[in-house]
Amino acid sequence: MSQAVSEHIVAHLADTSAPPIIAMEKVNKWFGSLHVLRDVSLAVAEKERVVVCGPSGSGKSTMIRCINRLESHQEGRIVVDGTELTDDLRSLDTIRREVGMVFQSFNLFPHLTILENCTLAPIWVRKMPKADAEEVAMNFLSRVRIPEQAKKYPGQLSGGQQQRVAIARALCMRPKIMLFDEPTSALDPEMIKEVLDVMIELAESGMTMVCVTHEMGFARQVADRVVFMDRGEIVESGAPERMFSDPQTDRLKLFLSQILRGH
Amino acid sequence: MSDLTADPRLVGARVAPKKGLRLSWSDPLFRAIVWQVVIVGAVVALVWYLVGNTNRNLAARHIATGFAFLQRVAGIPIGESPIAYDPAVNTYGTALLIGILNTLRVAAVGIVLATILGTLIGIGRLSGNWLLARLTSFYVETLRDIPLLLQLFFWYSILQALPPPRQAWHIGDLLYLSNRGARYQQLTWGPAYSWALGGFVVGLIATIICSRVIRRRQDQTGQRMPLWPFGLLFMVALPLAIWALLGAPFQPDVPVLRGFNYQGGGAVSPEYFALLVGLVTYTAAYIAEIVRSGILAVPQGQWEAAGALGLHRRRILTRIVLPQALRVIIPPMTSQYLNITKNSSLAVAIGFQDIVSIAYTTLNQTGQAIEGVAIIMAVYLTISLSISLFMNWYNARIALVER
Amino acid sequence: MGETAATADPRYAGVREQPPAGTTGPWAWAKTNLFGSWWSTAVTLVLGYLLLRFAVEFVSWALLHAIWSVPYDAQGRPDNTACHNAKGIGACWAVISDKYRLILFGRYPYAEQWRPAVCVVLFVGLYVVSAMRRFWRKELALVWVVTLVLIGVLMWGGILGLSYVPEDDWGGLPITLILATFGLAFAFPLAILVALGRRSTRLPAVKLLCVLYVELIRGVPLVALLFMASVMFPLFMPEGVNINKLLRAQIAIILFAGAYLAEVVRGGLQALPRGQAEAADALGLSYWKKTGFIILPQALRLVIPPLVNTFIGFFKDTSLVLIIGTFDLLYMGKIALSDPPWQAFSTEVYLMLAVIYIAFCFAMSVYSRGLERELARAHRR
Repeated sequence: MSQAVSEHIVAHLADTSAPPIIAMEKVNKWFGSLHVLRDVSLAVAEKERVVVCGPSGSGKSTMIRCINRLESHQEGRIVVDGTELTDDLRSLDTIRREVGMVFQSFNLFPHLTILENCTLAPIWVRKMPKADAEEVAMNFLSRVRIPEQAKKYPGQLSGGQQQRVAIARALCMRPKIMLFDEPTSALDPEMIKEVLDVMIELAESGMTMVCVTHEMGFARQVADRVVFMDRGEIVESGAPERMFSDPQTDRLKLFLSQILRGH
Repeated sequence: MSDLTADPRLVGARVAPKKGLRLSWSDPLFRAIVWQVVIVGAVVALVWYLVGNTNRNLAARHIATGFAFLQRVAGIPIGESPIAYDPAVNTYGTALLIGILNTLRVAAVGIVLATILGTLIGIGRLSGNWLLARLTSFYVETLRDIPLLLQLFFWYSILQALPPPRQAWHIGDLLYLSNRGARYQQLTWGPAYSWALGGFVVGLIATIICSRVIRRRQDQTGQRMPLWPFGLLFMVALPLAIWALLGAPFQPDVPVLRGFNYQGGGAVSPEYFALLVGLVTYTAAYIAEIVRSGILAVPQGQWEAAGALGLHRRRILTRIVLPQALRVIIPPMTSQYLNITKNSSLAVAIGFQDIVSIAYTTLNQTGQAIEGVAIIMAVYLTISLSISLFMNWYNARIALVER
Repeated sequence: MGETAATADPRYAGVREQPPAGTTGPWAWAKTNLFGSWWSTAVTLVLGYLLLRFAVEFVSWALLHAIWSVPYDAQGRPDNTACHNAKGIGACWAVISDKYRLILFGRYPYAEQWRPAVCVVLFVGLYVVSAMRRFWRKELALVWVVTLVLIGVLMWGGILGLSYVPEDDWGGLPITLILATFGLAFAFPLAILVALGRRSTRLPAVKLLCVLYVELIRGVPLVALLFMASVMFPLFMPEGVNINKLLRAQIAIILFAGAYLAEVVRGGLQALPRGQAEAADALGLSYWKKTGFIILPQALRLVIPPLVNTFIGFFKDTSLVLIIGTFDLLYMGKIALSDPPWQAFSTEVYLMLAVIYIAFCFAMSVYSRGLERELARAHRR
């Protein structure tokens, strides 16, 4: 069942002329003796939209958490926007300013208002004056269509609204790259669309995005490339149409059949 | 009207609404009233019976009830007292007041120290260092499983095993430790010190104003100046300068051995010390658990989300984690503070004269059992209520930020 | 999904290659957990040094240089010169070998001390049986009644050829266990009634009584309650009637425990979803049937861990009765220490007492944690 192909289908850049803004080379990671990332190599160009999919436990969340070093890798190199990820705290600071992240479980700060959630990092990390930070925050809250909730607390909002706030909060730092870790998995079906709409808008505005999701419709609509992971390795990658209509590997075929049966 | 009466349900409805109660066991209101009359009646009867017995017993022993005894001369020797006291002159009222002050003295210092020690141990249990985490958890497990009273006896026996004053352990003239307790060198208070203290208070206010100004500057420009240089300048340098300007007086009050004990200097009795150490180490074990579970109650996702936004560890702790952990910590912490206060009554077992000890001596000498017990209960209920009210107010203040 | 999810899980995929050297094994473990950073290394070294020094000194004091027994003179008085010579260097365990019967069983007639010993075994057996979930049935109440009666018979005697021993002669560990066990056995039903009363909406007067009781008791220290029991109970009784000291302490402990347990039980009642009571109402059950069959069993199950913690608290708190002169375990320790030859060797006696208390409390807390895990697992299913 081992796919020799997977070793060779290393991700290609969609647009080979631009330098990659994220470059992962032969990244390996273990949790104890559990091998969770195996020789993962991935290059993402500026303004590219990559969707990562795969069965649960395939290492896709771990991979994108490595990109802003919420997890540290043990072998290989990761270079983000010209900065290599190391134990050095300064490189960590630089990366985290440039990379925004949206989590499955929102992770809004429950003791702060929506507006304070959005202005906290710009004030303390970007050293913005409060009034400017609030202006930026209101601007992004309008873009995710909830400016009227600014004075409320996260607990008073629906799941879909909270996730849109989380997106606005990340955007307030004006990141170059946005990472999404299953942003719609914790949402009720009727709220998924409002979050996806915001993400589609963001993709159309030219943001570099790496998105772990099972929303195949979203992948079809906005992704430049789909990456399929299984058992800690990248098995196959390519344009969404090709991936869905003509899967090359058995593992992707199996995965797609399960996804389709599930829906 | 006629079609209304035609509907059988509405016919019933016109009859059914009944006010007042039916004298029937199937009426819930009637049943409730009967139950309450029976239960309250039984309690009242019991109290009546006990009061009757008590009155007869008091009459048989020729004890007059009332608080007149508070005006009588006490004659209770009191070892340590924060206010001037002479058993031959002062009244039972004064003696009881000293008891209250002693209780408060132990409880207040104990609360502060136990909070500090408990927080350190609680954080130690979460440490990534295996040895530190193991040792602190051993501390918590062991101290919680030994009765406080036994621990107090243990500490007291250790203090009593210290050498007598003549062979006291000492650090120069600074500190003498003997089986009579600790004696330490202190400064003779002079006007220069009062002025310096005043300078410190002014400096504290200036520092608070400074922090406001820094905050406002940050809001306007985004740049944050560090606060600590101003704090150092206003709260340390300013009082020192005042003290130096007034001639830098320095008159130590040195403990001197006279006869069997030391005179002069500051003193801590072994009883107070043993009680304080016992209360603090014991309660710290409980506070450590509260702090630990409070911090653990903040989901890992909060750390990650704040980290992903580029905030530093220290800012995450002060801006994100602590405000949320406090909300979990405050209510159980309140009951630990109440426990310290109540447990300070174990003082009576090692001879520290707190309110329970003095009230008990008083009621044994005067026979005023009911009044003595009433005083003890009143004092503790007042303290408990004050702590609860303060902590509830504080909790409400934090909760207000919450929602 | 199940089958493929299993194969997709990297745990089942087999490890293709070993993690790089230095991420597993004892050395890697030590590197992350003991020497992870400059600060961690410093902590490890300082604590390790202190711990080692303490361990060496403790072993030397408690084992290597300890005096295990001393000779007795013609009058049966112990000759403790050896102990005094070893003071500060070695422990004097001779005080334990001389006094352990007194500490454990008090002034109970020496020849009859097998009776309190059997009682201690019975108590422990009772706790162990009650702790096992498979015995959580109605019959358990019967077991309790029978065991407690048996313990009463053994301690008092006066029948079955056992000589009568008045409770003034009881002491030591049985007293501690009696106060704790009987305290619980009576406080628990009281606590349930008070908790129900405090929750009742129909009976405002009863609710007020319950609130007053709970808050008054919880507001004052146990020492004050014990003093009250010792000086006020004699006043409460009609002339000629006298309650003995043990019973007074027992009543104070029951009243005290009742208030705290009531709050724990109330917590369980509050945590129970409203739907349970409504469902019972819909079935047409009466208040007592509803409470007894639906509400209480679930509410109590919810609060078992805090209940056990409260029990541990009371077990330790029984030591406070020494303040009003009841001969519990701790008081017997103090009395043993008041014997002139042994006055200087309190540390040894306190250590022994601490070990006994820790044995009981630690067993309870380990049990409580295990139960908590077990219940959490059952809840998740």
